[in-house]
Amino acid sequence: MANPETSETVAWSRSHLLGIADLEPAEIELLLDTAESFEEVARRPIKKVPTLRGRTVLNLFFEASTRTRSSFELAEKRLSADSLNFSGSGSALSKGETLIDTARNLEAMSPDLVVVRHQHPGVPHLLAERIDAGIINAGDGAHEHPTQALLDAYTIRSHKKTLKGLTVAIVGDIEHSRVVRSNIHLLTKMGSTVRVAGPRTLVPVHMDAMPVEVHHEVESAVEDADVVMMLRVQLERHKRALFPSVREYFRLFGLTEERLSRAKDDVIVMHPGPMNRGVEIDSAVADGPYSVILEQVANGVAVRMAILYLLMAMRGGEA
Amino acid sequence: MIDNELLPFDHLIRGGRVVDPSQDLDAVRDVLIRNGKIGAIGESVNVSDLELSPDQITDAEGLVVVPGLIDGRVYFGEPGHEHRETIQSGLSAAAAGGFTSVIHWGWTTPANDHRAMTQSLLAAAEQAGTARLHPVGCLSRGGCGEELAELGELAEAGCVAFADGGRPQTNAALLRRALLYALHFGVPVASRAVDPQLVGEAVVHEGAWSTRLGLAGVSATAEEVVVARDLLLVAETGGRYHLAPASLGGSAARVRRAKDAGLAVTCDVPISHLLLTDEATSSYGFSPAVRFEPPLRPEEHVEALRAALADGTIDCIVSDHRPHHADEKDVQFSVAPPGAVGLEILVSLCLDRLVGEGVVDLGRLVELLSTGPARVFGLNEASGAGSLRPGGVADVTLLDLDREVEVDASGFRSLGRSTPFDGWKLRGAPVGTFVGGHKINLDRDSTQPSSQGS
Repeated sequence: MANPETSETVAWSRSHLLGIADLEPAEIELLLDTAESFEEVARRPIKKVPTLRGRTVLNLFFEASTRTRSSFELAEKRLSADSLNFSGSGSALSKGETLIDTARNLEAMSPDLVVVRHQHPGVPHLLAERIDAGIINAGDGAHEHPTQALLDAYTIRSHKKTLKGLTVAIVGDIEHSRVVRSNIHLLTKMGSTVRVAGPRTLVPVHMDAMPVEVHHEVESAVEDADVVMMLRVQLERHKRALFPSVREYFRLFGLTEERLSRAKDDVIVMHPGPMNRGVEIDSAVADGPYSVILEQVANGVAVRMAILYLLMAMRGGEA
Repeated sequence: MIDNELLPFDHLIRGGRVVDPSQDLDAVRDVLIRNGKIGAIGESVNVSDLELSPDQITDAEGLVVVPGLIDGRVYFGEPGHEHRETIQSGLSAAAAGGFTSVIHWGWTTPANDHRAMTQSLLAAAEQAGTARLHPVGCLSRGGCGEELAELGELAEAGCVAFADGGRPQTNAALLRRALLYALHFGVPVASRAVDPQLVGEAVVHEGAWSTRLGLAGVSATAEEVVVARDLLLVAETGGRYHLAPASLGGSAARVRRAKDAGLAVTCDVPISHLLLTDEATSSYGFSPAVRFEPPLRPEEHVEALRAALADGTIDCIVSDHRPHHADEKDVQFSVAPPGAVGLEILVSLCLDRLVGEGVVDLGRLVELLSTGPARVFGLNEASGAGSLRPGGVADVTLLDLDREVEVDASGFRSLGRSTPFDGWKLRGAPVGTFVGGHKINLDRDSTQPSSQGS
């Protein structure tokens, strides 16, 4: 089974994973190295280890999610944890119960870890203060999505060997993206240069508050990039007239083969999913030779296993 | 005419340092209260002809004696939202906080748009008896921002300003009409300047912190564009206008220019916006306690507002006391109702963080907490409030500049408990008030004033 003792001398000392912003580079390394040892589990015929046997993990998804929730669930199952799903519809979560009351009720079930996604920034932080379980942020509004950034970093590292000195272009709806914020924190901490690009109505006016280069044309953003990461256009934003039409969006900001040709020859193309083909990304690119989009999904499970493992160890597990 | 008959609520406040900017006074003085008014003030008031009993004399040596403090903006919930604050609990909090008067902006259901409501608010305040309540009347019927309310009747009934609660005035034509019409009554029209469409779903100031935290931010323009509009209307109409609040350096600068141009413009600033920046959302870990409306601003605005306190642009510091029930407030940041309670800590916060840090001197602070609001809301003309000049109403606050306090929200008299200042250690506190000559003794009974000698 996985043996993270061999991976690092840095100790993991956090009981929650709330965001990337407050992680040290050494902690990020440790998480990625630990994930590497768990990746091996997925290659076994029997993809299960007893590490979290008897432990309870609650997946608390106030906002709809398919891939993140499935990825966590699979990670939990492969670690032999007992997992329990609460989702936004069909439960107390949609019946007017306050967040705090929901949390108290869940706590009464004595979970060891709670994986939480919520449409409002700061909800995982609030839960971390109020309940005894370890909290994993699976996305809080447009704030952070730390496990996505970690799996992105893992994917990049597996192709580029290092994160240092890379140029990563992130293109799309920057303003409403938690993925971009966590990625900016993570990649810049690890020595990459991050460029962001998107329509001006979808890039915060104060983007320079974060350590990024702001571009407004895809062409200049992807120029000589090692990694191009496309963000999903949240089509519901279109109703609020933040951009005039899907057609115009693709024409101005969509990733086509032609635009991608400006990047480095060994560029990789990423997307956190779910993709809108023909909106932010041309199918030829999404399915093309540079795309690592499906690897991201596979890596997500290993990265989440590593996080579950490290946080559980902090709770005095005998892992 | 001197009335020599001793009334039960005559009182001598002896030997305190009297700070009264209305008469440019900062010296040790005795203050004699006679018949509910300031009777005399002097180095040593001769009271030999009055037979004052010991409990009609307060030894104020080592204390500061100031005109009764006035909180220029509070929200109570009676009637309609008594779970947030009753008039009794709110005024009890006011008295504990050293205030002799509060300007009451709501929240009431029904709205304070008719005489009977104003009268019932005043009657409830009279009954509470611990501090005065001066209602702000609705500018529009039902507070809906469409047709003018009966401003004349509201002014007669005792309303000291017209505003639709904290609701922004989106109807410029209505505001213009109100500015003109209110001139008949000498009562200011007040407004929270903000463009709701620019606010949208925003919950914080748009800036570095909203960007980092992924919270929807509102640009500073949403306030300033409406301040500019309102001041143009004031210039055109000659109306009397109170901006509540100025939360940006730019708003304060516009008020400054309007004042310099001779317009009848005043403004307030909540204490929260003088002590906290928008970084608080992060440092308080998304606590609903730091959700405010308008949102907390970046450092440069806080600096500009502090400078505007000192240079006279700002007329009052307010608590912007908004008592929310714990059930309403104990939710995630984005859905938490904005606002905090502050009546019981405003004075200590000002003494410690503004006077203590040299932002303003004590005299200027008394202006901002008494003389200024008295002038804005016409209380000086009505009763002489905001001053200790003989003949004026005997509303007095006693301060102890050396008293150390630690804010403990769980002990508030207010029904609201949410404040970002819980646990702060502060130096300087109010120690007592007189309202119309009645010594308000909250230690003896939290709800009733004690009438001396009765």
